[in-house]
Amino acid sequence: MASISSRAPTSKSLARFLHYCAVAFLIFLLLTPLIAFFFNAFSFRWFYPQLFPKEISLRAWESIVASNSKVPEALLNSTILAVGVTLSSVIIGLPAARALGLYSFRGKRVIEFLIISPTIVPGIAVAMGLNINFIRWGLSGNLLGVGLVHLVPVMPYVVLTLSGVFSNYNPEYEQQARSLGAGMLATFWHVTLPAIFPGIVVASLFAYLISWSQYILTFLIGAGQVITMPVLLFSTASGSNNALTAAMSLVFVAPSILILTLTARYLSGKSSAIGGFGQL
Amino acid sequence: MGFWERWRIPIMLAPTMAVIILLFIGGLTYGTLVSLGWQPIIGRTEISLQAYQNIIFSEQYASVFWQGLLLTIWVSFASTFLSAVLALATALLLRRSFFGKRLATFLYQLNLPVPHVVAAIGILFLFSQSGLISRAGAQIGIFGYPSDFPVLVRDKYGIGIILSFVWKEVPFVGVIVLAVLQSLGVDYEDLARSLGANRWQRFRYVILPLVMPGLLSGSILVFAFTFGSFEVPAILGVRFPRTLTVTAVRFFRNPDLNARTEGMAISIIISIIVFFLVLGYMWLSRRTIRQD
Repeated sequence: MASISSRAPTSKSLARFLHYCAVAFLIFLLLTPLIAFFFNAFSFRWFYPQLFPKEISLRAWESIVASNSKVPEALLNSTILAVGVTLSSVIIGLPAARALGLYSFRGKRVIEFLIISPTIVPGIAVAMGLNINFIRWGLSGNLLGVGLVHLVPVMPYVVLTLSGVFSNYNPEYEQQARSLGAGMLATFWHVTLPAIFPGIVVASLFAYLISWSQYILTFLIGAGQVITMPVLLFSTASGSNNALTAAMSLVFVAPSILILTLTARYLSGKSSAIGGFGQL
Repeated sequence: MGFWERWRIPIMLAPTMAVIILLFIGGLTYGTLVSLGWQPIIGRTEISLQAYQNIIFSEQYASVFWQGLLLTIWVSFASTFLSAVLALATALLLRRSFFGKRLATFLYQLNLPVPHVVAAIGILFLFSQSGLISRAGAQIGIFGYPSDFPVLVRDKYGIGIILSFVWKEVPFVGVIVLAVLQSLGVDYEDLARSLGANRWQRFRYVILPLVMPGLLSGSILVFAFTFGSFEVPAILGVRFPRTLTVTAVRFFRNPDLNARTEGMAISIIISIIVFFLVLGYMWLSRRTIRQD
């Protein structure tokens, strides 16, 4: 705002006012779809053309916690999957990220290309191809098989994030710890882990978010047996109970927004993992 | 050279590459074989292009395929273009320092963790004929009945699908652009200004070239995702035309195992199109950036 010194103060404050209006309008546009969920979730007999529901009701919420509700099962399945996928993807991806971040070797670009290629190729082609073999190997219709397929969209972001951390990492500290008598595990725990911790938080965040939001891979490999939150929500949305759909959506997104808020300080827009948001 | 020094890197890469090769490449390869008619389970071991021929040329499926392809291309190009332009505009808006900037930026990013299934439902609540916007219009007397409101979701031009992608992807690309803008500071612009560049020139010759790489890589991800996305067009689409992914999944879910071949063929076609469009786009954008 340094240039305005030459201008009249009124045009400066007008510009500032217009800028505020534009920001407010933008935020309004981005938030209205989210607000619509709250309106619907507590509405009952919300007739046209009422803008606000005249009757407020907890019906939808009651049916979510009712004994015949599938929401608890779906929440449990989604949680098991997301936690399992997050843990295994970080363990699987950590060594590869270290190799890619610290060393240069022949064929590195090919390896990098292969690792990021699942971000470009649509998941349905992969899931359809795996479907038949997973049935044969007993991996169709259970959490293990679905979790394995979730690894495909998750791995690129975990490896990208962690290799970014390792490229600014000095492995000599590990050698110093070793020469002072620390074992391999102690070195990892006290030297490596603290240094790469922010990267692990971001990688885990994306692994969790991608697995938690995954619909089509779960649907194709789960074969209707594995009910997760997105699967349940999708089938509820095909019906006409808007209140229930809205309440379920809120239950579904609340953990993601909470976790993102808690980990936001580790995230910077420059992180290569930010692309993971595009896959949800 | 000892064993560990020699094999260290391959061993470190092995777990990740096992996932990529077995699940990703394995799935794609097997899928390609299925699309070529290879289904040993039902005793079909001959390789042919019959399924592709059926989809592309047969009277039964050709219009489903071509109209679906057209819709898919339209939806993903429109979504990507609008998202990129609006992301740039909104990032420039949020970049200046003003009171409440932190709160505004937080609210701007609030929909990032919202999955596309939920985004599609939100657009439905908002833009359907008895949705929130229609009701707001009715309050001020623009509409008398839901049917007065234009069909914007579950419409044959995919407007609802595009709206929902744009709502989701503007903050996504915007956050990438915003990060680049913040890291630049104002030095370049101050320099340009001291050399007499006006507002438009500073935008066109200073800011735009600097944010272009981030903007392009963000929009590549958006394009690839929207082209292969299933949930949004499944919730907000119509029976005809359907996007290619929705058609592919319908074929694949058909109890008749022969239809799988066609479903698989469509999803392989989707992958090939996305792959080449992304390659072409990267090549073009590299050239553009270099010229700038």
